[in-house]
Amino acid sequence: MQRRPEKPMKTLKSCKVLGPVATIFDSANTGSWRIERPVVKFEDCIKCGTCARYCPANIIDIFKDERECVVIDYYYCKGCGICANECPVGCIEMVDERSARKNDLQNA
Amino acid sequence: MYKINAESKGLVSHGVSACAGCALELIFRNVLDVLGEDTIIVIPPGCSALFSGYGKETAVKIPGAQMTLEATAACCTGIKRGLLAQGNTHTTVLGFAGDGGTVDIGLQSLSGMMERMEKVIYVCYDNEAYMNTGIQGSSSTPLGASTTTTPAGKPTKRKDLVGIAAAHDIPYAATASVAYLTDLRKKVKKAKETDGPSLLHIHAPCPTGWRYDPAKTIEIARAAVETGCWILCEFENGKWVINKPLKELKPVGAYLKAQGRFNNLKEHDIAQLQIQVRDHYARFIEKAKLN
Repeated sequence: MQRRPEKPMKTLKSCKVLGPVATIFDSANTGSWRIERPVVKFEDCIKCGTCARYCPANIIDIFKDERECVVIDYYYCKGCGICANECPVGCIEMVDERSARKNDLQNA
Repeated sequence: MYKINAESKGLVSHGVSACAGCALELIFRNVLDVLGEDTIIVIPPGCSALFSGYGKETAVKIPGAQMTLEATAACCTGIKRGLLAQGNTHTTVLGFAGDGGTVDIGLQSLSGMMERMEKVIYVCYDNEAYMNTGIQGSSSTPLGASTTTTPAGKPTKRKDLVGIAAAHDIPYAATASVAYLTDLRKKVKKAKETDGPSLLHIHAPCPTGWRYDPAKTIEIARAAVETGCWILCEFENGKWVINKPLKELKPVGAYLKAQGRFNNLKEHDIAQLQIQVRDHYARFIEKAKLN
């Protein structure tokens, strides 16, 4: 391999970082984009995990032993509806986000 | 030095500003999940640049570089050679480019990388146009699809990327689809174990550019495979293999009508496309039989 000339290297030593470097691992609140939200009917769920596998944001967790077996992180859910479309038993329903939020406030 | 502001389950952040229903996001997560932490990623400008981040923020936990659009494969080569010079043979180098950055602009550097037999994994996610800049037609746009540069439908056929890779006689090249994730993950694993360049061409439906309901991403990707518009195949050590060979192709009409970009097609155009798809599939099967 060709050796680099020594002189320019010495001048470069003072400059440790070239260009912008991203050092913060962060995520956006993509849940604020949502128009419809997925709601699971737990009694019909067969816990196959298809929704979790196909979720583009990877935010669906399956807990096989609990009653609320499918947990969706609404902070990140964009409401694309892939989970509802791919569910083999059709137990995920897309409901209007505004009315769902209103219900949440009333129940809280 | 590295600051983590948000929790995440895998190597990729959950809140990435890809469109709702984006197939690229799912592909990216699955590819990185298989390759693991010991990977360096090279991303050109495009939709995948959403993952390399903006300013000081990034959405992946592995080191990476954002390169110019035409130099993805060349940069991968440089990183790989640098690692080898340090005596590091275990780190995987991954190039992750879109169809524009692969079959149009990045083709010459990709060709050079494949000719030099560098041990690099190159993934091309194919959303069949330049989606990030506003749906301009690329040479991966299929016949008849409407884009902003081909408003009346593209008059020519698409490039066969895996065919181009096979012409370089590389050890491993394959196509995959986002609807068949087990198959996709298997192919990424195979690419990682290959000693030499490997190329994966992954079909990624785009709700914004193809103009369909975001919920149907996986359904449309599956329909593309079932109608023969996208063929799942592998080119391994000089031999072609067709994965999931179909006895009978489904009519392409349902696949085309589900997407707004094919709205301008008349019945006789669809009939012509059907003949073209059937011929292409038949030729592919002949090619696989020749091994």
